[in-house]
Amino acid sequence: MTEKKKDDIQEMNFEAAFTALQENVAKLEGEDLPLDQSLALFERGQELAKHCAVLLEDAELKVRTLSMDAGFSNQEED
Amino acid sequence: MLMNQYKLFQPRNILSVSQLTSYLRQLLESDEILQDIWVQGELSNVATPSSGHLYFTLKDEEAAVRCVMWRNAAARLGFEPREGMAVEAHGSMSVYEVSGQVQLYVDTLRQAGEGALYQEYLRLKAKLEAEGLFDVEAKRPIPDLPRIIGIVTSPTGAALQDMLNTLRRRYPIADVVLSPTSVQGVDAPPGIVAALMRLNQEVHPDVILIGRGGGSIEDLWAFNDESVVRAVASSDAPIISGVGHETDFTLTDFAADRRAPTPTAAAEITAPDKAELLAAVVELSGRYTRILRERLTDLRWDMGQAQSALERLSPRHALNTYRQRLDEIILRLDRAVRSQLETKRLRLENLQNALKSLSPQAVLNRGYALVTRKEDGSLVRRAGQVRHDEDVHIQVSQGSLEARVTKTHQED
Repeated sequence: MTEKKKDDIQEMNFEAAFTALQENVAKLEGEDLPLDQSLALFERGQELAKHCAVLLEDAELKVRTLSMDAGFSNQEED
Repeated sequence: MLMNQYKLFQPRNILSVSQLTSYLRQLLESDEILQDIWVQGELSNVATPSSGHLYFTLKDEEAAVRCVMWRNAAARLGFEPREGMAVEAHGSMSVYEVSGQVQLYVDTLRQAGEGALYQEYLRLKAKLEAEGLFDVEAKRPIPDLPRIIGIVTSPTGAALQDMLNTLRRRYPIADVVLSPTSVQGVDAPPGIVAALMRLNQEVHPDVILIGRGGGSIEDLWAFNDESVVRAVASSDAPIISGVGHETDFTLTDFAADRRAPTPTAAAEITAPDKAELLAAVVELSGRYTRILRERLTDLRWDMGQAQSALERLSPRHALNTYRQRLDEIILRLDRAVRSQLETKRLRLENLQNALKSLSPQAVLNRGYALVTRKEDGSLVRRAGQVRHDEDVHIQVSQGSLEARVTKTHQED
C-alpha cells in the first residue's frame, strides 16, 4: 500500500503535490490523530516535499504555439 | 517681379552661391503657404546638442526634410522626441545658407494624431467604465500556482522573449501556450481577439498574459481597441496585462484582472518564484517534523505519568506504605503507653506521699505508741481490751518494747 502511495506521488504535478503537502500539515496540526496515523502522514509529507523540490529543480518550461490560421478562420466564422 | 529680379543678374547669367541661396531664401520666405505649414512625418536623425536646439529629419517613405527647432520652442515639448516617432510639425520653410539646406523651422511639434486619438481614448474609456468593464468587483482572482499559462502576443516580439525568460527563471513548472497574433497595425485588434478566444476555447489556461513591448501611442493602439478591451473583460481565464512601458495605460490594462507595467512584470506576477516555493516546501516539511517531535514529547510525558501512576498503585508500594504506617502506629502506641505509665507513676508517688503522712510510723515519730496484744496481734484501742498480766507489744519510734500489763484503768 505504501508503494502504491509513493507511485501516486510520483504522478502528481507540482500544484497537486504542494496542495496535498499543505493539507497534510494542516491535518497533522489540527487533529489529534493516533500516533500511527500521524507517522503515516509524516512519511507521506516527507515524500510530497521531496517530490515538490525535485519538480522545481528539474522542471523545464514547456512551450507550445497554437496555429494562427485556425484562430483567424474562427474569427471569420463569427 | 521674379522676372525683374532675374534680369538683374542678366549680363552673364551667372550667380554666386550666396546670391542663389539668398534668392532661394527670399523666395521661400515670401510664400505665404510655406511660412505657415503643418507637416506630418516620422522622426529620424534626432539630435539634441547641449545648446538646447533640436535638430531632426522629418521623413516619409519617399522623402525627407531637415528640421530645426530653436531652444525656446524645444523646451516647451510635452514629450521626448524619439527615432521613428510619428509627429506633426508646424513652422516655416527657409534656407540655411551656410550649407544651402532647405529647412523647416519648427515652432510646434506634437505626436501625430495625439489630439484626436486621445479624445477617442477618453470617450471609449468613459463608455466602457459606465458599462462596468473596469469594475474592481468584476476582477477574477489570479490562481496561486497556475499550471497552464496562456500568452497572447507577437511570436516575434521582444515581449514574448521577456515573458518566457522570466517564467523559465522563476516558474519553470508551468505549461506555456502561445497564441500568436500581430499586436500592431490594422490586423492587430481582430488578431488579439481571435488569439484570446482560441486560448479560452481550446486550451482553458489558468491565466493569460497579454502584452507587447513599448512603442509609440499608435503602436500600442490595438490595446485601446473596443473589441480587444471587451474580449479581455469577458475572458474565461483571468488576464494579466503588460503593455508598453511603466507610464503607458491602455484600456486593456483597465479591463485586465491585473495590470503590470511591462511584459516582464506581467510574467513575474503570474506565479511565485521557484526559490519562494522551495522555501515554502522546506518550511512545511519543517513544520511536519516539529509537530511530530512535539507529539512524541507529549506521548513520552504521558507515558512517564502513566508509569508513575502505575507505581503508586502497585501492591509492593502498598505493602511498603502499610509497613511504614505500622511502624508509625507502633511508635505512637509506645509513646502513648510510656506517657500513661509516667502519669500513673507520678500519681502513685503522690499517693505514697499522702499515705506516708497518714502512716502509724509518722504518728509514732510524733511520740505516740502502738500497742498490740501478744496473743493475737490485734491493735489495742481501748483499755478494756487487755487483761491484767497480759503481755503486749509496744511499737514506738525506732523500735519496740515488750511489756506486761500491771494494772488497767477503764475510763468512759
